[in-house]
Amino acid sequence: MDEFLQSLVRGLGTGSIYSLLALGFVIIYKSTQVISFAQPAFMLAGAVLVSYLAPQVSFFGAVIVAALVIAVLALGVERTVLRPMVGKPVFVVAIITIGVDVVVRVVTNAFIGLEVRQVGDPWGLTTVSFLGAEVQQRYLVMIGTTAVVTAALFLFFRYSRIGLAMRAVAYDQEVALAQGISVGSVFALSWALAGGLAALAGVFVATGAGVDQQLWIVALKALPAIILGGLESLGGAVVGGLAVGVVESLFGTYQGDFAPWLGPNFGLVAPYALMLLVLLVRPYGLFGKREVERL
Amino acid sequence: MAVLSVDGIRLAFDGVVAVDGVSFEVGESELFAIIGPNGAGKTSIFNVLSGVYRPQQGSVEFNGENLLGLRPHRIASRGMSRTFQNIELFSHLTVVDNLMLGRHNHMKYGALSAFLLLGRARDEELKNRSAVEDVIDFLELEQWRRFPVGLLPYGVQKRVELGRALAMEPRLLLLDEPVAGMNVEETEDMARYILDVREELGIPMIMVEHDMGLVMDLADRVMVMDFGRPIRTGTPAEVQADPDVIRAYLGEQHRSVAS
Repeated sequence: MDEFLQSLVRGLGTGSIYSLLALGFVIIYKSTQVISFAQPAFMLAGAVLVSYLAPQVSFFGAVIVAALVIAVLALGVERTVLRPMVGKPVFVVAIITIGVDVVVRVVTNAFIGLEVRQVGDPWGLTTVSFLGAEVQQRYLVMIGTTAVVTAALFLFFRYSRIGLAMRAVAYDQEVALAQGISVGSVFALSWALAGGLAALAGVFVATGAGVDQQLWIVALKALPAIILGGLESLGGAVVGGLAVGVVESLFGTYQGDFAPWLGPNFGLVAPYALMLLVLLVRPYGLFGKREVERL
Repeated sequence: MAVLSVDGIRLAFDGVVAVDGVSFEVGESELFAIIGPNGAGKTSIFNVLSGVYRPQQGSVEFNGENLLGLRPHRIASRGMSRTFQNIELFSHLTVVDNLMLGRHNHMKYGALSAFLLLGRARDEELKNRSAVEDVIDFLELEQWRRFPVGLLPYGVQKRVELGRALAMEPRLLLLDEPVAGMNVEETEDMARYILDVREELGIPMIMVEHDMGLVMDLADRVMVMDFGRPIRTGTPAEVQADPDVIRAYLGEQHRSVAS
């Protein structure tokens, strides 16, 4: 039982990271119809920035500053690199985001070097007792923070004029323009939001283990999460991220006992297997829009 | 003084001339109608006015300011609002949300205050929410407030679209076929609302419409278009009597009925 609870909390914790990343993907996709592959780089850059700032302005100060800086960086990238591509095929734009990812990551790597940098978080690997099981404190923090961030995003999209404008642009850009909504600002803002979320996710990944050049690979787990949840759905991104985290963690714990024939480390593959299963039943994802095409 | 003056507009897509030599003025609280057969260039004129198309020649002045070259959202924020020929609402959003989108430019707060729930953001939202409520009263949309507009009857959706345009507190309203596809009763309702807009709100309007009865009853002046060119501009009575207009659009039959 303890083992199960521990796996569950670990799964929800890492799942929260995937959720934050997936939210960024979905926010950009909804407003621009492009999947931005630059998210891994922003995640890495956020974590590295915190590792440099934390000694100066404390860990929490550093997280806030880094999220804002990466948001501004992402906004700048959108303005300069992607804005000229508006109206071009989304495939081309998606490839450009891969280029952005490479550039940002190479520059960031120069600040990492070959060592593992620490972000200076106060949790480390310390555990607390949670319903009788010893679980790592940092996972609880991740779950809590993600819950707060998700709630804030939900309120923002539901009740603020800018959130409403972003939803309008996602639905129909031309009509949104006719309401006086600047579609360009919406694009920029969605990149900024996604950048901030990625930075936060990066910091969480780096707690406990630190930042090295391979950290960005974690961000790829957000892909099965968004496919699972449906590209169009913010709620789906959160659920998809958590599901990927939990499946990965439970497989890691139990698969060796119950299905050893699947081979070691099957947990790493499990999210993708889950994604394929869901796609068989619901090709548009759990919460995605069913595409209706008239021929 | 004219609210809008359009002078010598020419709009061509490669070799195809959509609009040519179009000039007109719209005065304060005037209801100006544009009629003509399908493909005469009426909606193209709307798209020029709202900045979707950029004409090769001519000028458009709105309250003394040149509009050509401005992006559509800038033009909208200067007080030009429009409805579309085929309803273009955000059909998954509620009536209230659609109208709140019309208020977008009446609120100024930025993304950061939206997240931090600063007082200003809340005050503005509340103030604009009550402005939306006025529009809902005006168009008698009370019972539909909370419905996603995609679920509403056609006639009501047309009214919601008018409402969204009114929520912008426009200085000029462009109505693209406001009664297209409506039955007699719905048409009469819409005509009443359009008259209310003119009389109670004093907003000048340009209306593109095929329903001759409606145009002749409501409009102060009418411009008749054919093949992208204006063939006559005048009061409804003048236009109806013009032989060119009858030939191009109303048909010979009309003359015998009218006389």
